[in-house]
Amino acid sequence: MTLAIDVHELTRRFGSFTAVDAITFDVNEGEVFGFLGANGAGKTTAIKMLIGLLAPSAGSATVAGCDVVRESDAVRRRIGYMSQRFSLYEDLTVRENITLYGGIYGLSNEAIRDRGDGMLAALHLEKMAKERVAALPLGWKQKLAFSVALLHEPAVVFLDEPTGGVDPITRRQFWEMIYAAAARGTTVFVTTHYLDEAEYCDRVSIMVDGRIAAMGTPQQLKEEHDVATLDELFVRLARPSAAAHG
Amino acid sequence: MSDAPLVVEGLTKRFGENVALDEVSLEVKPAELFGLVGPDGGGKTTLFRILTTLVLPDAGSARVLGLDVVRDMWAIRARVGYMPGRFSLYPDLSVEENLRFFASVFGTSIEDGYSIIAPIYNQIEPFRARRAGALSGGMKQKLALCCALVHRPDILFLDEPTTGVDAVSRREFWELLAGLKASGLTILVSTPYMDEADRCDRVALIQLGRVLAIDVPSALGARFPTPLFSVRGRDRQALIRALREYEHAVSVFPFGDELHYSDARGTMLPDAIAADVRSYLAGRAGAAEVRPIAPGIEDTFMALMGAPPEAAA
Repeated sequence: MTLAIDVHELTRRFGSFTAVDAITFDVNEGEVFGFLGANGAGKTTAIKMLIGLLAPSAGSATVAGCDVVRESDAVRRRIGYMSQRFSLYEDLTVRENITLYGGIYGLSNEAIRDRGDGMLAALHLEKMAKERVAALPLGWKQKLAFSVALLHEPAVVFLDEPTGGVDPITRRQFWEMIYAAAARGTTVFVTTHYLDEAEYCDRVSIMVDGRIAAMGTPQQLKEEHDVATLDELFVRLARPSAAAHG
Repeated sequence: MSDAPLVVEGLTKRFGENVALDEVSLEVKPAELFGLVGPDGGGKTTLFRILTTLVLPDAGSARVLGLDVVRDMWAIRARVGYMPGRFSLYPDLSVEENLRFFASVFGTSIEDGYSIIAPIYNQIEPFRARRAGALSGGMKQKLALCCALVHRPDILFLDEPTTGVDAVSRREFWELLAGLKASGLTILVSTPYMDEADRCDRVALIQLGRVLAIDVPSALGARFPTPLFSVRGRDRQALIRALREYEHAVSVFPFGDELHYSDARGTMLPDAIAADVRSYLAGRAGAAEVRPIAPGIEDTFMALMGAPPEAAA
């Protein structure tokens, strides 16, 4: 199987602090990979290196076949990215956001129009095309942001807490969109604080203090560590002292 | 008139055409830990802003500690503690300076408030000279809680204190709240995490400005309208597709490593339905484990909220 993400001993230090400590892992093409960890464990630093925004102190990584240091421009063209904090421009309309991102990724006007139409139909958002994004409910915004992140048909899409604060039904609809993208061959790299969502991933890793403390399919991890849920495992790994007294 | 520390009756607030709160009513008892549970955009923050006298309601009334949120604004402000959803401390002041500042605004001192904040402040005191902006998420949260408590309020309002915080820090924060409640403090806290509802004495499920239900967490499951089953099998996607095509299906949702399936046949014995579902699935999605389960708060929430606007579009 082809690797969409291939990481070797990736390290990032800030002064005397090692935020990411020689992590090694890979993600297959079309896989849904959950990247978990407590606040401050080093997830954001690792993602910044993978999307070419931060240079590693040591180690190497390729994303969609491109080296994240030497070919960071190529990496950025081949990936999509969305986060809870920043995704779309609130003061632009739905259609303007699509046109803007399509232009940034160098799509032709025709492609932007055709793919935009298809996206709006799939999301049942045709009537909202001329509305400002700020006027959309959060769940709609997040689904639209995800679709926009896929507009240029990237090989890998990075989703940083995409479902925070979203209602439980829309959260599940969002995961159906993730599965649909993965079924079309897009690799999905996702972080979340909802540990029930970790169960929806093909494989997950749990980062603790800059290192990967556990990695595998949800089933493997629960069996290996003899726990009923990933939540239990997460608490045990992320804060051993907290797990000890309940 | 009720002497409950918090009484909300028919509270309504519009922002232009958007109805943020739609005739919300609820009552919180002394020393109760009361949860407002629901997704973003539900009206939780607007409710807190009205109760802390920062926003005026369009209709309805609210009494905090027996005081009216419109007429007795100044008296209320001195007696409530409020932790807003956004980090609202001064990032360039140290931990200790922030706390001293908030104490002085309320005409008191860290020393006078020390006994109430001690269990929380002890955890961040080693960092008291650090700038608040340089604290980790969990420590910021604890400092914000100390600042909301230092003047010994009679009621505490916490707006999404655990949003964006990892599962472990969330757990620790709820343990702190349990401690405060045990000391007799009345607490109103909001959260978008359904699993946190179990930590509250009672909860109001809130969605799009309306209260869907108010009850003790253990009783909310009983409001689920149809029999509910856990379904597990090898191919989750195949199971979801098959169940959605099943003529008796009401809803099918993934829940962690299982599916929750609800069935329209309320008069049939659950075990008989389970056997039926099992044999239906066998021909389409392979062998599956199907067993009746008690609905949880998230099941109930989804059943009560019905189809969200996007699904109806």
